[in-house]
Amino acid sequence: MTTTLSSRNRDSGPVDIHEELYGAQLPSWAAKAVIGAGVLIGLALYLLGVNLVLAALVVFVVSLALPAWSVAVEGRRKATDRLVTVLVTSSFVLAMFPLVSILYTVISNGARVLSAEFFTYSMRNVVGEGGGIYHATIGTLLITGGAAVISIPIGLFAAIYLVEYADGNRLSRWIRFLVDVMTGIPSIVAGLFAYALFVLFFGEGVRLGVGGSVALAVLMIPVVVRSTEEMLKLVPNELREASYALGVPKWRTVAKVVLPTALAGIVTGITLAVARVIGETAPLLIIAGMTDSVNFNLFDGRMATLPVFTYSSVRSPGIPPEFSIDRAWGAALTLLVIVMLLNLVARLVSYFFSPKGER
Amino acid sequence: MTSTLEPSRKGSAVVRPGDRIFAGLSTGAGLAILVVLAGVAAFLTIEGIPGITASPDEVKSGKAFLPFVWPLVYGTLLAAVIALLIAVPVAIGVALFISHYSPRRLGQLLGYLVDLLAAVPSVVYGLWGIQFLAPNMAPAYKWLEDNLGFIPFFAGPAASGGRTILTVSIVLAVMILPIMTAICREIFLQTPRLHEEAALALGATRWEMARLAIFPYARSGIVSAAMLGLGRALGETLAVAMVLSVGVGSTVTANLISNDNPNTIAANIALIFPEASGLTVNALIASGLVLFVITFLVNFAARAIVDRRKEFSGAN
Repeated sequence: MTTTLSSRNRDSGPVDIHEELYGAQLPSWAAKAVIGAGVLIGLALYLLGVNLVLAALVVFVVSLALPAWSVAVEGRRKATDRLVTVLVTSSFVLAMFPLVSILYTVISNGARVLSAEFFTYSMRNVVGEGGGIYHATIGTLLITGGAAVISIPIGLFAAIYLVEYADGNRLSRWIRFLVDVMTGIPSIVAGLFAYALFVLFFGEGVRLGVGGSVALAVLMIPVVVRSTEEMLKLVPNELREASYALGVPKWRTVAKVVLPTALAGIVTGITLAVARVIGETAPLLIIAGMTDSVNFNLFDGRMATLPVFTYSSVRSPGIPPEFSIDRAWGAALTLLVIVMLLNLVARLVSYFFSPKGER
Repeated sequence: MTSTLEPSRKGSAVVRPGDRIFAGLSTGAGLAILVVLAGVAAFLTIEGIPGITASPDEVKSGKAFLPFVWPLVYGTLLAAVIALLIAVPVAIGVALFISHYSPRRLGQLLGYLVDLLAAVPSVVYGLWGIQFLAPNMAPAYKWLEDNLGFIPFFAGPAASGGRTILTVSIVLAVMILPIMTAICREIFLQTPRLHEEAALALGATRWEMARLAIFPYARSGIVSAAMLGLGRALGETLAVAMVLSVGVGSTVTANLISNDNPNTIAANIALIFPEASGLTVNALIASGLVLFVITFLVNFAARAIVDRRKEFSGAN
């Protein structure tokens, strides 16, 4: 045994130490080659007219050749590792599927509809072709603005209470917990709440724009509180202490030192909160209702909004249905663009205006 | 004089009116949140009770409250649980990919991409579900009926339009994916570096490292992410209302691919409320109260799990 080993060592020249230490391994190009082959086959099938989903499945199945090859060469443990790598990567690709698909369908269907008329006309007295989303855009902006007016002060001051005044007392622990619970309130329940509240004052069948603002505020407050609280916590205590040492009262310290330091983060959080509620449909369907006319008054009657407009255009399209469905796609695209812009603004604010060193 | 005053004055500086006002405003805002949440429960109960006690012929459904709400609860839970079963493995995979498998620089960008899914309004999901996903799923349902029809889930007859509860669950799964991925990703990233490196140094492969170091550390976080996702899926309204084709009698069935589906609480409210009147409205509000209680319990459980292991995991 020893002799054969040593003789082999002597005869075969320099030993491959790497192989002795690590055992057999697939060549470094193995993964790229297998995946590349899979993608090529899938692409070829797709170009030959096979369904996109089936082609993607083929790519996945071909990729499984990598762990199969690995189990033959490298053994079970390495093969499992490669199998999981394939699975994890494909789960990410799988998650990108709906995103790409949604963006593609909404943009390709919605872009055809967009025109000057679409943005400047309401649906009043429009049957069939034509008309637009002017009334719904106005409604969305007013109602969301109302929600922001209600929820920003409450959310901001509640966060200030939690961080600056509460000192971890029992009340603050309850507030924190209930804010977490509020985050999970279904949006339609918020709408029902607003309805149940306003029905006490205005009687049955009430539909008011401001009711929509209240419902959205219920959804928005917890988001504002949580994000503002996180931002205020990040403000270093040294800043507060330096301010106290100069004899500045607590409220001026909060207003002039703490808030400005955290401002970028707070603005980001609020923008994201607005982006979250501006697309809410269910509560507005309940309490703000739907109308074909422009309504500038939050306190008077029904108000159309972009999400509800989209929903009702699909739900009751009229005859012939194509024009209504087209308008729904247009409204959906407009809404999507607004939400994406808000998200972009939030990211930019946090990138450019947060204090240096926090990036 | 000064020396006698000093001890009593120590620690309590002059309180200015501005301080009082500011503290009052802040505390008031904190209390306002408690009031709002109590108000949600209180007003729903006030307006809901007449609906619970209403006699069957006074409401549109023509049923007493329990027979009316039970199929809806079943449909709500069914759609949400299937969505969860689809979304959890994918969310863990995506989070693992972003936190440990992709190049670190790329990770943040990929995270943004997944977050984009969270930014899509639910009505857009509904539109996508009914116009794109449902027609494209129909052939798959036909195939399932033909080949796996002996399983009760796929008994058929397959819906030719594809507007089934399974389609709804897929849409819901896509909708809850971002929040679950975001939470899982944060926790995976917080796994102590030393644990990971110790596992690797002992010769573990990357997957064994994940199993030995990341998952035990992140378990409670994954559970709470799943619960939060479940809460979202339970309350989702418009996507369900637009996509689902509801059975005549709001049937309770295990069949996932037919046209005859149980509705969900939220979607039922959205469909009926705009034209409802009288006690039907109260019955709907009462069903909303049931939904509120269910989601409250789920979120409560999720938060309790997170809080219990707060010191060990970063899930909060």
